[in-house]
Amino acid sequence: MSPARVAALLVVAVAIALGAPSSAQAPPIRIGEINSFSGIGAPFTGPYRQAIEMAVEEVNAKGGVLGRRVDVLFRDDKGQPAEAVKHAQELAAGEKVSLIAGTFLSNVGLAVSDWAKQNKTLFVAAEPLTEAITWSKGHDHVFRVRPNTYEQGRMLAEKAGRMKYAKWATIGPNYEYGKRAWETFRDRLRELKPDVQVVGEHWPTLGKLEAGPFVTAILNQNPEALYVSLFGSDWIAFVREAKKRGLFDKTFVVGILLGEPEYIDPLGLEAPEGMLVTGYPWYDIATPAHKDFVARFTKRHDKNPVLGSLVGYVTYLSIFEAIRKAGGTDTDKLVAAFRGLKVETPIGPISYRASDGQSTMGAWVGTTKLDGKRGVGVMVNHEYVAGEKVLPSDDDVKKLRSGS
Amino acid sequence: MVLFLIASGLSLIFGVTRVVNFAHGSFYMLAAYLAYTLTGALPLGAGAFYVAVGLAALAVGALGAAVEITLLRRVYRAPELYQLLLTFALVLVVSDVVKLVWGSENKTGPAAPGLAGAVRVAGQLVPTYDLALIALGPAVAAALWWLFYRTRWGVLIRAATLDREMVALLGVDQARLFTGVFALGSALAGLAGALQIPRQALTTVMDAAIITEAFVVVVIGGMGSVPGALLAAIVIGVIDAFGVLVLPRATLVLTFVVMAVVLVVRPWGLLGRPEGQARSAGGAVAAARGVEIPGAVIAALITLLVVVPPLLPTFYVWVLVEILAFALFAASLHLLMGTGGMVSFGHAAAFGLGAYGAALLVRWAKAPMPLAFAAAPVAAALAALTIGFFCVRLSSIYFAMLTLAFAQIAYAIVHQWYDVTGGDNGLLGIWPAPWLASPVRYYYLALAACGVGIAALAAIGRAPFGLTLRAARDHARRAEAVGIDVRAHQWLAFIVAGFFGGIAGGTFVFLKGSVFPESLAVPVSIEPLVMVLLGGVHSLAGAPLGAALYKLLDTVVTRYTEYWQLVLGTMLVVIVLAFPRGILGVLGVRGRA
Repeated sequence: MSPARVAALLVVAVAIALGAPSSAQAPPIRIGEINSFSGIGAPFTGPYRQAIEMAVEEVNAKGGVLGRRVDVLFRDDKGQPAEAVKHAQELAAGEKVSLIAGTFLSNVGLAVSDWAKQNKTLFVAAEPLTEAITWSKGHDHVFRVRPNTYEQGRMLAEKAGRMKYAKWATIGPNYEYGKRAWETFRDRLRELKPDVQVVGEHWPTLGKLEAGPFVTAILNQNPEALYVSLFGSDWIAFVREAKKRGLFDKTFVVGILLGEPEYIDPLGLEAPEGMLVTGYPWYDIATPAHKDFVARFTKRHDKNPVLGSLVGYVTYLSIFEAIRKAGGTDTDKLVAAFRGLKVETPIGPISYRASDGQSTMGAWVGTTKLDGKRGVGVMVNHEYVAGEKVLPSDDDVKKLRSGS
Repeated sequence: MVLFLIASGLSLIFGVTRVVNFAHGSFYMLAAYLAYTLTGALPLGAGAFYVAVGLAALAVGALGAAVEITLLRRVYRAPELYQLLLTFALVLVVSDVVKLVWGSENKTGPAAPGLAGAVRVAGQLVPTYDLALIALGPAVAAALWWLFYRTRWGVLIRAATLDREMVALLGVDQARLFTGVFALGSALAGLAGALQIPRQALTTVMDAAIITEAFVVVVIGGMGSVPGALLAAIVIGVIDAFGVLVLPRATLVLTFVVMAVVLVVRPWGLLGRPEGQARSAGGAVAAARGVEIPGAVIAALITLLVVVPPLLPTFYVWVLVEILAFALFAASLHLLMGTGGMVSFGHAAAFGLGAYGAALLVRWAKAPMPLAFAAAPVAAALAALTIGFFCVRLSSIYFAMLTLAFAQIAYAIVHQWYDVTGGDNGLLGIWPAPWLASPVRYYYLALAACGVGIAALAAIGRAPFGLTLRAARDHARRAEAVGIDVRAHQWLAFIVAGFFGGIAGGTFVFLKGSVFPESLAVPVSIEPLVMVLLGGVHSLAGAPLGAALYKLLDTVVTRYTEYWQLVLGTMLVVIVLAFPRGILGVLGVRGRA
């Protein structure tokens, strides 16, 4: 054997020896992430994705989960349920992901959830708000992170029911979210305050609000208070027309989600003051864990986090924790791990209820005020309401789920 | 009044050039974003907004001219609908360009300086900016009137709207006329978009939100009629304002109901003129003969489709099922637009109602899956029976818009009828029977259903019925003169197309396991249109080819880039420029040469 060949063999041997740990290491954990990166959900999914990238980067820097690197495969559902199902099929069959996560729009979430039920694949719904995901259409393979419509409507009603307003009107988009946001709020409000009277309900088309006529109609009904479940571009158009017509001076406004930076930041200093809202006052949450989260996010992306960022981050922390608890990525074990899973998040500990798979992540309820320095609206006098406080009991959940 | 501005531009462009300009909404959006940025950037203080509005409108007008010169002009010789394909590609491109430049977060535009307040009119506070816009509408209408009736250029435009061939014969330079019209029309869209920013949020979907409504206004008013657009914009504005109070639940659909009623009563819109013997869509289609696909190729393709899928990874089997469904869907549309010369903008109704027909049977009657599957085409055909009855009385763009109106009405019903259809949360759990659930088995079901469907459509096209349809397409009056009941044939074609579209919908719903109102929405009507044009409108085989190409491109591109619209749109532009008659159309011409 010539010296050259010996040397070459040695090099190969050393390379194998060095490479051995990595090749012997388990393959990476693959997670399929489906969300509306284009279409109607697009304005809200960018910061969500950035937080996921941060969570994955951080966990991989610490050696991954169970010593395995985490890979997230992003897919754009274009805001269409059928498209999302196509991606779920591809991610599960083609990319062999261990679970599917994500979705923003409720109907997309429901479509993926139903697919997951049929295919016995774990689906962690991050952002969709519809109650149906965990209740009437709930099943063993779906878990949801964000507090749903029912919870947020209840949180607001608990406060509004203790105020003087008796004559109410509502405006919201003409789809399930808008209707349920109002119904859960109204029902609880009536329990707390039996003399509540509803003088008007308005359901404009989602994404196409011609605000002027609606504002005029509401003013003519002369309610003392208005419950708003508009969001995004509809909410911006509504604020502008309502301000010019003096609606905010005459009417107390309660807005579900409207304290979230997603919806209040684009308004700048046009944000209405004095509204009762649910939201995410990231600038005010003083726990070290949360301050650190904000600092890392701001450093990485050069902008502040929004609620979607927090939800994305918490979603992936939960997934990592579930994989650790399950000791692997076997679907049955992951599902078992998610039941009652406890996760330490930047906003404190949350858990996933065994009865319905809903997380106990809560929301902040507070009043809007302008912050001249930052040039945006903020929430003041806010209070964190944990999910446990407003979620129905396990027995009630059983009834809700038996319908499916 | 913003609606009037955008609609008058659209009407003008269609009236003269006959281009159905889907990109009109994109120009509107682009101008809004331009004005937003310019207002912040111009060092003009309070005047910045108004200067920015003007500059944005001019810039978009120039862009419109550039698009006409560099892209559309190349395909004027192709069947007219190919310009539609180009404008569709532009919609995709502009959408992603806006996302790239401005980001996808919603933005709030500046207020209009000096017009930010409100005045009291009849006891109500009305924003001064709204009043200014209300005044602006008639002012623009008057300016356009002056342009059309007091300038030579305007005379030419009016002449071209009435009879474009005659104007060309008289030696008028059509190219320059078209460029000018495109610039003016686009500038009007730009003005509308820029003026909208003190009222509405800037979003990356504002193009889609406005374009359908703009078409509605144009059609109600009468294509090519600016006064008609003004009248229709007022009508729609009033309906939007008062419909809120009278029928709050119907806001989604009210404008489309009004359009349907107007078109049924006055098939040419309020102030439009009846067209003569259409020299439009049909004639152009007739110009070329279909490409015959050799039997050997078909046999080889069928063999491949039968033999290969069990060897493919599961995901590709799912993609193939989707392609099969859309191949049949596009082929069923081809019977209407290719053979029948009836371009439908509402074929989603067949697809979606087929899907819902099957899903509702499963949901409410607990029907076994094969029965529900078989019911899909029946449901779609029944719907087509009703819709077709009204639609076949109309021709060309009015036919197209009436089909769109019915599809939108169906969409609204499905969307709002929570107790039955589940509303926007859709119907879930619509999966194939267990013995058909494996990907390969379901694939064979789809192959059988869609393959037989396409074969049947091909046979229908060659049968005396298909030939009669062609005769009616190429010259309705002569066809009538030899004793053909044109309407009855077209109606039957509509039902047949609905039937096969329903099979496609049924195949799709059991593939996805759920159905949502989106399956009836406008994009589902546009997609098969794009597929038919892509493959080549002259030949039935073009439809499946276009479907396969479009779906594959879409699937691959979406997987690898966030900016799939930019990539897909650019590819479509390239394909249209390279194959201005569709792929089979061009291959067919070359084959004969």
